[in-house]
This record gives sequence, structure tokens and C-alpha cells, in this order.
Amino acid sequence: MVCMELSGTPKKIVSARDLGIVACSRCSKAWPLGTQTCARCGHALVSRDPMSLQRVWAYWVMGLICYVPANLFPMLQTRTLFQVDESTIIGGAVELAHHGNLGIAAIIIFASVVIPLGKFWAVAFLALSVKNRSMVSKNMRQFLYEVVEYIGRWSMIDIFVVAILSSLVQLKALAAINPGTAAMFFALSVIFTMLSAQAFDSRLIWDVQAKDKSAGDGGAEINE
Amino acid sequence: MKDSVTTDSQLDLDKVIVCPQCDAVFQLVRPQHGERAKCQRCHKVLIAPRRNAGLHIIAVALSVLFLIIGAAIFPFLTIDAAGSKNAVSILDAALAFSGGPMIILSLATAALIILFPLFRVLLTLYVLVPVVLDRPPARHAIRAFRLSEAMRPWSMAEIFAIGCAVALVKVADLAHVGFGPAFWMFGILVVLVIAQDSFMCKWSVWNSLEHPKRS
Repeated sequence: MVCMELSGTPKKIVSARDLGIVACSRCSKAWPLGTQTCARCGHALVSRDPMSLQRVWAYWVMGLICYVPANLFPMLQTRTLFQVDESTIIGGAVELAHHGNLGIAAIIIFASVVIPLGKFWAVAFLALSVKNRSMVSKNMRQFLYEVVEYIGRWSMIDIFVVAILSSLVQLKALAAINPGTAAMFFALSVIFTMLSAQAFDSRLIWDVQAKDKSAGDGGAEINE
Repeated sequence: MKDSVTTDSQLDLDKVIVCPQCDAVFQLVRPQHGERAKCQRCHKVLIAPRRNAGLHIIAVALSVLFLIIGAAIFPFLTIDAAGSKNAVSILDAALAFSGGPMIILSLATAALIILFPLFRVLLTLYVLVPVVLDRPPARHAIRAFRLSEAMRPWSMAEIFAIGCAVALVKVADLAHVGFGPAFWMFGILVVLVIAQDSFMCKWSVWNSLEHPKRS
């Protein structure tokens, strides 16, 4: 493993903004501060994205709004010979657990309840922590952000299960599974939370800490 | 900190690397093949070159291309209960949501599990083949690579594969489920897609697009 150092400053790590450099957030090429667009990939250059937090919160709220009907409406409609069953996400998992499939029930609860709720909490926490001073170390928060970005996509698993089931189980009179309204809302909720996490500018995590050490008051700088 | 700004104002920007995640600046040290350069502050991997990475990625991308096409066409799963049979392909599964506004969900699912992975492979080939052959980059190679990176979080083939496992357990006691050829293709596909992502060093690709070798 090679560690990188800026010669002359062996211990202290300097932010690009303090050196008068702005890095392209798409291809990471360095440019002098004030350059408008990256000449390599054409992306607009911003040292810190002032709209970042607003977009995070906008997508976050949309995601939460979609998450409520996703849990209230039925996700699957199962039609067997004599009866029609409609089950919500949690209802379906509970039913699986009753049939003894504890592992699968756990996967479903984890992917469609624990992960989405955890994501709402984590994104809100990160967005608040760059505005106010946080007790949680910056490395922990960076780690949290990486986990949120990585794991968010996995919530889609429920949508795929519904898609597979409702195309596979079409046995005419015998049994049929059809998707319910909740699938739509759940997919939207996952997409909005993914966008929310992507909108977050992780460089903000490290700014507040630097500011805390030098001036003592974080927050004001973010809106520059 | 202010001192370093004035003294280092003549910094050569080509000799500097900025961590995209935490904005820390380091002097550029190009690691050897197989080594990884990490950010000291947030430990993000900045450069991870591998020997013949380009060739490996192209080889993997080509097999992914054939597997996606195969997996989309051949039957994926078959179900059999009391004389009623049903065979579905991945396209059928993707297009399961039909009727009214659910059609949007169908299109989105199809995009997430087939179209995005497929486009990513095509764009990767388009960008990397000229680079590996030491030719000047293809036209709009930069735009193509940009698009392929933007699609990365939205290409969800591996998630679909786990979704299959969950779905199988759900119907296992209801009916007999059999695997079609596409199921195994898709299994291999998932492993290859993950391998392809881990071979790819973004920094090296951008660098070779910017400074093409002249042969």
C-alpha cells in the first residue's frame, strides 16, 4: 500500500480549497479555484456544493412520503383456488415466519424495513451533523456515508421478488400472484433515497471538523 | 494553513491528487501494479492499477455482453404445479408489472436489471478497446465513460439474483420450480459484473483518456 503525502506538510492534511484548488467531483482532476468547468470531463466545478443539503432534504422528504403508502397498501395479491390474499410488506414477512421460513422472513424485514428506516435516519443524521457540531468522529461519519451509499440499492430486492413471483406464478385457475399498489411506492421510495444519498457532498463532513479546530464555530462556512 | 497557500501557489496541478471524498490534497505518487494508493485522511482508494487490467476488463465485458443477451432470451425459471406449467424469461419478470401506472415500474425494472448493465458493458468496451490497443481514444470516449460511471449505482443485476433466491423459497412449497439455462447464465453474470467493477481503476482510465499514447 502506498500512502500519499504532500511534501513539506508531512503531518497536516490540507484541504484542496485551502490550497486554492478545486477538484472535479466527477473525474477528480484538480483545477485552480474559480475555474468554472472541468476541461477534462465537462462537469461544472464547485469546491463545495451549496445546494447539496437542500437537494438531500428534498429527496429525503419525497422518499419518506412514498415509504408510508408502500407499507400501508398491499405488496402482493395472491389468488389461490378459493381465496384471494392481499399482504403488505410486513404482513408477508410475518406470514413467512409462521410457515417456518425464518431466514427469508428476516431477509425481507431487513431489506424492506430495517435498511430503508436506517437509511432515512443515517442521511438525516449526516445532513444535520455538517450543520451542527457532532460528537461522532468524522471517520465514523464517512464510514456511515459509504455504508448508506452501498446498501441503499439493496432495498430494490423486494421489487424484484414481486416481479419474479408475479411473472412466474401464473398458473391459470390454480394460483396466481399479482403485484399490488405498494410496489410502485416502494420503488419510488428506494429511488428517492438513493438520489438523496448521492446528493450529499461528503466533503462537507471534513470541513466542519477543520473549521472547529481553527475558528471554533462550524456551519457558517458551508453556505459559501 | 494560510502560509502553505501563498508558498505553494505555484503548485503544479498535474503533480497533485485530490481525494474526491474528503478533499484532501496529496502529492501524486503513482503506485506500482498491484499496489493501492489510499487517502490518508478518509482511506478512500485513490489509484489501484493492475497489470493488464484493461485486457481483463475487456475480456470480462465481452463475456458479460453475451451472457446478458443469453440470459434475457432463454427461459429463466419454470414452474410446475398439478399439471399447470409456466416458463418465464428475465424479460417476462421485468415486464411483470402491467396495467395503468404500473407499466412505468415495468420499464424501470427492465432498465435496472437488463438495459443498464448492457449499456455499461457496451460503453466500457467503447472506451477501453482503443486505450488498450494504444490508439487515440474513440470519439466522445469521455462522454461515454462519464455515462457509464453515472449508471454504476443503477445497474442492479446482482440484486436481482438475490431476489431470485428469495422468490424461489417463497414458492418452493407451492409448486415445483426448475431452473432454465438463463438462470445459470445469470449466476455467472453476477460474478463477472462484480469482478469487472473491482478491476476498474477510475483514475487510470481518466488519465489515459486525457493523455493518450501516440503510436
